[in-house]
Amino acid sequence: MKGPTSFWKATWAVFLKDLTAEWRSREILTAQWTFALLVIFIFDFALEFDPRAQQRVAVGVLWTLFAFAGTLGLNRSMSMERENQCLEGLLLAPVDRGALYLGKVLANLVFLHITAAIVIPLYSALYNVSFLNGGFVAVLVLGFVGYIAVGTLIATMTVQARTRDILLPLLLFPLVLPILVAAVRASEGFLTGLPWDEVRTWVNLLLVYDVLFGTAAFLAFDYVVEG
Amino acid sequence: MTTPSPIVRVQGLHKRFGYHWVLRGLDWQVEPGETVVLLGPNGAGKTTLLRVLATLTRFQGGRVEVVGAALPKEATQARQRIGYLGHAPFLYPDLSAEQNLRFYARLYQVPHAEERLSHLLAQVGLAARRRDPVRTFSRGMQQRLALARVLLTRPPLLLLDEPFTGLDQDGARMLSRILAELQHQGHTLVLTSHDFPRVLPLATRFDLLHRGRLQATLPNRHLTLSELQEWYQSQLINPIEVPS
Repeated sequence: MKGPTSFWKATWAVFLKDLTAEWRSREILTAQWTFALLVIFIFDFALEFDPRAQQRVAVGVLWTLFAFAGTLGLNRSMSMERENQCLEGLLLAPVDRGALYLGKVLANLVFLHITAAIVIPLYSALYNVSFLNGGFVAVLVLGFVGYIAVGTLIATMTVQARTRDILLPLLLFPLVLPILVAAVRASEGFLTGLPWDEVRTWVNLLLVYDVLFGTAAFLAFDYVVEG
Repeated sequence: MTTPSPIVRVQGLHKRFGYHWVLRGLDWQVEPGETVVLLGPNGAGKTTLLRVLATLTRFQGGRVEVVGAALPKEATQARQRIGYLGHAPFLYPDLSAEQNLRFYARLYQVPHAEERLSHLLAQVGLAARRRDPVRTFSRGMQQRLALARVLLTRPPLLLLDEPFTGLDQDGARMLSRILAELQHQGHTLVLTSHDFPRVLPLATRFDLLHRGRLQATLPNRHLTLSELQEWYQSQLINPIEVPS
């Protein structure tokens, strides 16, 4: 049962379990979509008569929306493990705890990408901003990876706390601030057609953040869940 | 002739929660094939001991060896050979009975998983409800399904914390029957219970924990229920001195 095969099989098992649970309950996506739609419509009404302002704030609104919708998803994803103490059931498995973490991260990533796939076309239509840009899509993926990698760890830490709904964003947002700033700047750069040299710094920051914080979160997970 | 080494060996085990010591230098062991019932009042340390053995709780001092694996260093190896049924069923309410078992079968990489989970669902009397979400199950049904989860991997050592809790008469009879079968197959069982009539026919030994130490041991040589109850009461009236 040891070795890389076992690791990936365990990751796959957790990933598939989260997807199946979401398919049956639809709690994460419903919460994320409802929140995202509300934000889009509120901003649309607020900036209705100023199309230039709409375009200027488009990327910022989008990333704010993803950041908050993401916390809703992370909270629900870990609440699932809290009910019936399922997290302990996971920890009893004779597998590398990193596999459990990775499975959760991949599932959370899928949920956020699905939300983005629903939200972006709608946002594009309402705000008259085109997001059809390869660079923007790459930034979206890089931003989500860093955000979810750190978010899953923090959600695991806060899941047992009574104030977890407040605690998660309080702990998470300061940590992911660099990634949000870099993602907004890089997205803006790509969408406004800035030269690569001006965008590169932000993309590099995203890459470095993903590697450093992703690795740290992966390694710290075992310590965090140990009783 | 060599004697088999103990399947559980605990030496000088200390465990505390905050400033409160729950286990105070416990020395204890279980031989392969035994069925040991841990008795004791609430707070005696029974659940904590099972959780330490199941690798769910770290301890502050002492040596613990489970199925040949030293804890906490070899916890992953130990987990392969332990089945733990705790107070919570560890089941996902949104998933169906079979989806829950399938998930754990994947996680433990159980060979021929579909056959195994069908067999277990039939064994615990849930075959007809296999596609229903666990959320719709009663406490007793969840307990049955949790037992099926534990048995998925055919672990040589089963740790069962109050397994009869929440079960109706039929469920309790079914559990007794399954535990007797496991005994017959050579599994080692360690369980905690306050249900003396249920555990009396199963136990090969009763161990009484009190204030985090082993107070007394009673081998089950055709004990009657009243003999067991009298022994239990007498031990609690005259507990060993434990420095606080």
